[in-house]
Amino acid sequence: MRREKPQSLLDYAPIAFPAIMLTVFFVIPFATMIAVSFFQREQAGFYTPAFQFANYERFISLFFANVLGFSLMLAITVAICCVLLAVPFTYLLARMSRKAQIVWLVALLSVLSLSEVIIGFAWSTLLSRTAGITNLLVAAGIMAEAKALLPSFGAVLTGMVYQAFPYTVLVLYPAIVRLDPTLTEAARTLGASPLKAFFTVVVPALRNTLTATLIMVFIFALGSYLLPQLLGRPQHWTLSVLITDQAIYQSNMPFAAAMAVFLVLVTLGLVALTVIAGRKGEAA
Amino acid sequence: MNNVLRNLYFAVIGLFLALPMIVVAGVSVNAKQTLAFPPKGFSLSWYGEIFLNVEWRNALFASLTLAVLSAALAVAIALPLAWFLWRRIAPWANIFQLLGIAPFTLPPVITALGLLTFWATTGFYGQPWTAVISHAIFFVTLPLVTLSLGFTAIDRSLVEAAATMGADDKTIFRTVVLPLILPYMVSGYAFAFVLSLNEYIVAYMTVGFTMETLPIKIFNALRYGYTPTMAAVTVLFVATAAVIFSLVARFGDLPKLLGAMAADDK
Repeated sequence: MRREKPQSLLDYAPIAFPAIMLTVFFVIPFATMIAVSFFQREQAGFYTPAFQFANYERFISLFFANVLGFSLMLAITVAICCVLLAVPFTYLLARMSRKAQIVWLVALLSVLSLSEVIIGFAWSTLLSRTAGITNLLVAAGIMAEAKALLPSFGAVLTGMVYQAFPYTVLVLYPAIVRLDPTLTEAARTLGASPLKAFFTVVVPALRNTLTATLIMVFIFALGSYLLPQLLGRPQHWTLSVLITDQAIYQSNMPFAAAMAVFLVLVTLGLVALTVIAGRKGEAA
Repeated sequence: MNNVLRNLYFAVIGLFLALPMIVVAGVSVNAKQTLAFPPKGFSLSWYGEIFLNVEWRNALFASLTLAVLSAALAVAIALPLAWFLWRRIAPWANIFQLLGIAPFTLPPVITALGLLTFWATTGFYGQPWTAVISHAIFFVTLPLVTLSLGFTAIDRSLVEAAATMGADDKTIFRTVVLPLILPYMVSGYAFAFVLSLNEYIVAYMTVGFTMETLPIKIFNALRYGYTPTMAAVTVLFVATAAVIFSLVARFGDLPKLLGAMAADDK
């Protein structure tokens, strides 16, 4: 059956429910949040309608500039680490037997579905003094005594790379699986080593995919809010942590909303970049 | 890269992914009320604690209820939308597909805060059902993606044949489309279910003070120190996710659902 234009009003009926749900519970909440970001804050967590830029002005301070700078730096570091680890991994995974691929995909999906709470709990246990990895090193005679490896920047970074790695692989997977195998075969026939073929044929062919993946992982990492709290010190807190803190504990919804709107603008700017990178990929 | 190097690389990545779970599993069978690793003694009592302790049991029940209902609602939103986009030419309808994908693409704290302001403004803040709707909207992306993939896989000549034989839209949907789309529906449901089970920030911002789901309970418990029960819950979660995704892989084509070509395409 061909796709047809809707003939009568009744033809639109199936889309009514999804359209209403998405409009009422996504578009309107989003609009509410934008509106609240201009509102005036009242005592005890209330706010009154207003139109002021005070919440945004408050944002322009050295403290928030530092937080924003740190959030961006952390997310970029996580994205680069993940892509460096995941590209060769996904490339080799795509060449494995289908059965082996499925086992790895199930494992990756299981880790991906883990809540940040659980990842934070697991890593803080792993890096702790009492139940941590250093106990194994002591038992093996490598270290003199067990010590805590957190809170620290390294702990935050490790936890976030752990959280984002499965996501990175699954974003790369379709593009890498569909990569034309004759490309590398040709390079090999012409005498390139496997490593050389990988860097001179596979990596350039995936350039746009890699850019898009970096941006998507960056956005994913930008959303991390619990790991910096559980594994780091207050100076390792990100914008997402501050938004949650303002909304829940300081009861300052207008300010939290203003920060969230700002975060959306940063994210949307990057999504636009992804789309442009993707278009160029299609044209090439 | 030769095979030894490749296997070593996969072993290191595998260890990295498994290490936290190994330690947590070790901690979960400790005989004493401490987090010790390697474990001191062996006991499964912390697993029993999840079901015997009323707080943990309530949290487990709350999480399961939320995941079952919100995944069902997510599928109920995604199915008619994906069907309409497949059946009709209506370019403007793609806006709704974009809206269905947006909540999952943005940093979760934004969707969470949007819903929090909405529920607070409408006065429903803290009602358990608001979490069901919130999770359904947040995870609608997953069934939407699997269902859209499923619809593109349907051979339109099958549907054409049914139409020529005089079947109307409703009959075609019931007898031809639904059976073909069912595996994609089930996997979309499974993805949304597992992620809802583990989701923290949206649940916390909508019903965190009135209802404790398992992730919220774990986070709240973290503030008062660690107990082996948390480790037991964690192991239970990972096992549940692994079982559900294995079932999806057993009865469906997992690589294809994740964007690779089907086995018979190769």
